[in-house]
Amino acid sequence: MDDQEIVNEFLIESSENLSRLDQEMVELEKRPGDAGLLASIFRTIHTIKGTCGFLGFTTLEAITHHAENLLSMVRNGELELTPGRVSLVLETVDATRRELVSIESKGVESGAVYLDLRERLEAATHADFEPKSTVAPIEEVLAHAPVPVETVVQPTEKTPTAATSDLAHPEDEAVVAQRGPSAADSTIRVDVSLLDKLMNLVGELVLARNQLLQVSLRREDVQLNASSQRLNLIATQLQEGVMKTRMQPIGVVWSKLPRVVRDLASSCGKQIRLEMDGADTELDKSIIEAIKDPLTHIVRNCCDHGIERPEVRVARGKSAQGRLLVRAFHEGGQVNIEIIDDGAGIDPIKVKAKAVSRGLIRPEQAEAMPDREAVNLVFKPGFSLAEQVTNISGRGVGMDVVKTNIEKIGGTVDMISRTGEGTTVKLKIPLTLAIIPGLVVRSGEQRFVIPQVSLVELLRLEGEAGFRQIERIHGAPVFRRRGTLLPLSYLNEVLQLPATAQQESSQVLNIVVLQTENRKFGLVVDSVNDTQEIVVKPLGKQLKGMTCYSGATIMGDGKVALILDVAGVGRQSGALGEGAGAGRTTEVKTDPAEPERQSLLLFRAGSYQRLAVPLSLVARLEEFAPERIEQANGAAVVQYRGQILPLVPLGTMLDPSAPSVFEAGQPVPVVVFGDGKQAVGIVVDQIIDIIETEVVVRRKTGSGMLFGSAVVGDKVTDFLDLPKVAGASGETPFVDKDAKHRALSILVAAGSPVSRGMARGYLEMAGHQVREAASAGEAIKLTGGRRYDAIFVGQDLPGTGPLAGAAELVQHTRSVPAHCDIPIIALTGDREGREEGPQDAAGYDGWQTGLDRESLLESLETLSGSLRGGVRQPGEVGSLVR
Amino acid sequence: MEIVAKSLNGPVAGAGRPEVSRQYATFFVGDLFLGINVTEVQEVLRHQEMTEVPLAPPVIEGLINLRGQIVTALDMRQRLLLDPREPGRLPMSMVVCSDDGPVSLLVDEIGDVLEARPELFELPPDNMIPNHRQLIEGVYKLDSRLLLVLDRDKVLQV
Repeated sequence: MDDQEIVNEFLIESSENLSRLDQEMVELEKRPGDAGLLASIFRTIHTIKGTCGFLGFTTLEAITHHAENLLSMVRNGELELTPGRVSLVLETVDATRRELVSIESKGVESGAVYLDLRERLEAATHADFEPKSTVAPIEEVLAHAPVPVETVVQPTEKTPTAATSDLAHPEDEAVVAQRGPSAADSTIRVDVSLLDKLMNLVGELVLARNQLLQVSLRREDVQLNASSQRLNLIATQLQEGVMKTRMQPIGVVWSKLPRVVRDLASSCGKQIRLEMDGADTELDKSIIEAIKDPLTHIVRNCCDHGIERPEVRVARGKSAQGRLLVRAFHEGGQVNIEIIDDGAGIDPIKVKAKAVSRGLIRPEQAEAMPDREAVNLVFKPGFSLAEQVTNISGRGVGMDVVKTNIEKIGGTVDMISRTGEGTTVKLKIPLTLAIIPGLVVRSGEQRFVIPQVSLVELLRLEGEAGFRQIERIHGAPVFRRRGTLLPLSYLNEVLQLPATAQQESSQVLNIVVLQTENRKFGLVVDSVNDTQEIVVKPLGKQLKGMTCYSGATIMGDGKVALILDVAGVGRQSGALGEGAGAGRTTEVKTDPAEPERQSLLLFRAGSYQRLAVPLSLVARLEEFAPERIEQANGAAVVQYRGQILPLVPLGTMLDPSAPSVFEAGQPVPVVVFGDGKQAVGIVVDQIIDIIETEVVVRRKTGSGMLFGSAVVGDKVTDFLDLPKVAGASGETPFVDKDAKHRALSILVAAGSPVSRGMARGYLEMAGHQVREAASAGEAIKLTGGRRYDAIFVGQDLPGTGPLAGAAELVQHTRSVPAHCDIPIIALTGDREGREEGPQDAAGYDGWQTGLDRESLLESLETLSGSLRGGVRQPGEVGSLVR
Repeated sequence: MEIVAKSLNGPVAGAGRPEVSRQYATFFVGDLFLGINVTEVQEVLRHQEMTEVPLAPPVIEGLINLRGQIVTALDMRQRLLLDPREPGRLPMSMVVCSDDGPVSLLVDEIGDVLEARPELFELPPDNMIPNHRQLIEGVYKLDSRLLLVLDRDKVLQV
């Protein structure tokens, strides 16, 4: 929440309070002995005074302070509540109201000091205060009025006290007349239960709409089609609107964090600076409620365990003051919340030892476990690392509860730690609970819905060859998914559904790859139907114990379908392991020394027989029937998930002479990039395959839409430059609008055009500005002209002299005083290369192994996070990202 | 059967004898004649299309869509440990309200709404099989037969 919003909140709240105060004062005059009423009035004045002090409205603070004094004495029985005193308080209320008007219209107090009012309030605190009359005498009014007498008669409907105030500040009246509806007038408070009811009704409407759409699709009635389409649009908008009414900025929850951190810091003898970013990120109210406690808990943990004492920090070469950054942002239809500290981090070895000693994992498991996974052991029930139990944490309850609570609302928790440098806790939370996108699958005779958040990808194996790809380890089915073993479970077996004849004769195996708790498994289903927005309904208490389901929904045909709880199904089947001892070892790299590989989507378009894009950029693959394609502003679009999705015919764009894909009248395959409102669909001729490979041979091509070629699967394949394609079509799906405020300018220097292009694609998608350099010479020339926020250096960069290009660039950058603190991240395809020497010796701030979108952005995030944290000391270089 | 003209719905008096006459929605399950306080009944429906819940206990017959609300259906034959319904015979659904929303009880047939006088009430006899005894608040000795009054909360606790 920014200051303006806080002020607005204050205005709305105060205006409500003041109206109540008027009534209460009058009430109080009738029943002077009513202690409850007096306490309520006192509280109201006190609240306004407190907030004014906080917001720096000194005049308001002063007058309310005097009124508070007076009331406090009345409350304590030291003074009698005479009508004179009541009038004075009412006069204060009027003055307050006038100041509020001024604050609202001009942002500042009116400048009046109300000396007279303050004096009279002060005088009234003396027991011998003798009111001249119950109302301010008219002579006095005139004496204070700097305007002609005629105006006195104007506010006839007001009490004389009000007239006094009005007269003293005629210019404010003018302001009141001019301004539009005030903040208090343009908002109303609504009972949450009414909003809940509206939300439910909208849910019903969405269901009814889905049913109607199904019926109208079956009938060829133009009128029915038209009106159901219209209903469709309206229902979607209504749904969005109602969902918006329930949205609250996350700052509502954060507002109490400064206090929590301050108290904790002082009780632990630490210095902690709390920074908050993205407090205006909005979430559904019910979700805000649900994350309140987990969030506070994580923050407490960071303060207690994460950030070290000042002397320890100084000894480790850090500033004495620890930094805790809490930030929130939208990404992919979810809200990400990150809690980042620059404390000691979590020692994976310690965690493993503790987990082994508590019997949570076996020693051999601990050995094989990657550090990143080990850190997440803290989410296991009964785990605590604190050597000392404090009143804040260390009792071994907490992080598992955090995890359970976040998962209950369909979110995920992940923890990344860099020993000695800090910890990042990442929460991914759905925007709303009530309506979620889900994948409808079928097993046996029944349909089930899988929440889209858990979905990684869909695999389809056909025929004998397909079935042979399923291997069994002592009966447990696994599938080699791009070099990694994916544990499988069959939905019909998990749910003990009777086998159908169709299943036995089926030649196709559908695997839904799911991810939960940071682990993946494949769920084999009979068929995959469709994705749709579903309205989540809770199950009755008779079914509350069922771990496999998280709820139910009503499908378009009016039948009920169960929503699968992915974690529950995984556990039930054993694919995620059962309880503590098992699991965690299920996903084992077949060859740990194998370098990182790229997943690519291969397709054909126009005269280009083999094009590729990194799969991680692809949001979805779709097929649109020709009748769904409409025209908007001369370009092809489709209505897609409640949005208008622009379609870019790739074939004709790459080669204008190619025939248009739309003319064939066939359904067109579309690759959807980006998400939400910024998506763009690229129409291709045919999707060929998804493969995982190392990119071997590179050749820079001349075409503007491609950034190079490589041999992929023994065939030469062109790599599509997505941002350029989208840009050429006038769409900018890769500019993450939420991310704009943290846009960085980045130099990517690498010998291979493919790695450059990919890195650029990922970075531009995240909203950053990227320049490319193909050699050390070119890079040095580019850095001469301007200062970049970060530099990515490929190890294959050609140099100009005896040194390797990468080393040359690093050396050069570090030698320029103005540039010596620019973070430099090494791009390397080879994990082994990393072990060769100490990282700082090579002058890098971080190493990026393989070009995978998430880790690339993560490296940058961590760096840019520290960039914004303040001026970096040269000595810190090399210790920020590992 | 006793039909009393005046209608009174007094407060529920626990397992003891009610103070006043009460109305009961009656139904048949196997050879049992059962009743539920009419204020606890939301509506009576014909058999609805049902979505099975795999892995659920057998008493849960499935889920039905009741005008957009998802309602759990309990098979009263299972609940009362009776033999399963003969195949082909569709049960009727009596939807009762609970704190947790409506729940459907699947019964063989629906009877009338009866008003029973308190003096006909008696606690369940000791020789009833324990499973029935647990679920039954008491017995009304009507002229023609015995009406067993179900304790809704216990029935719904599966």
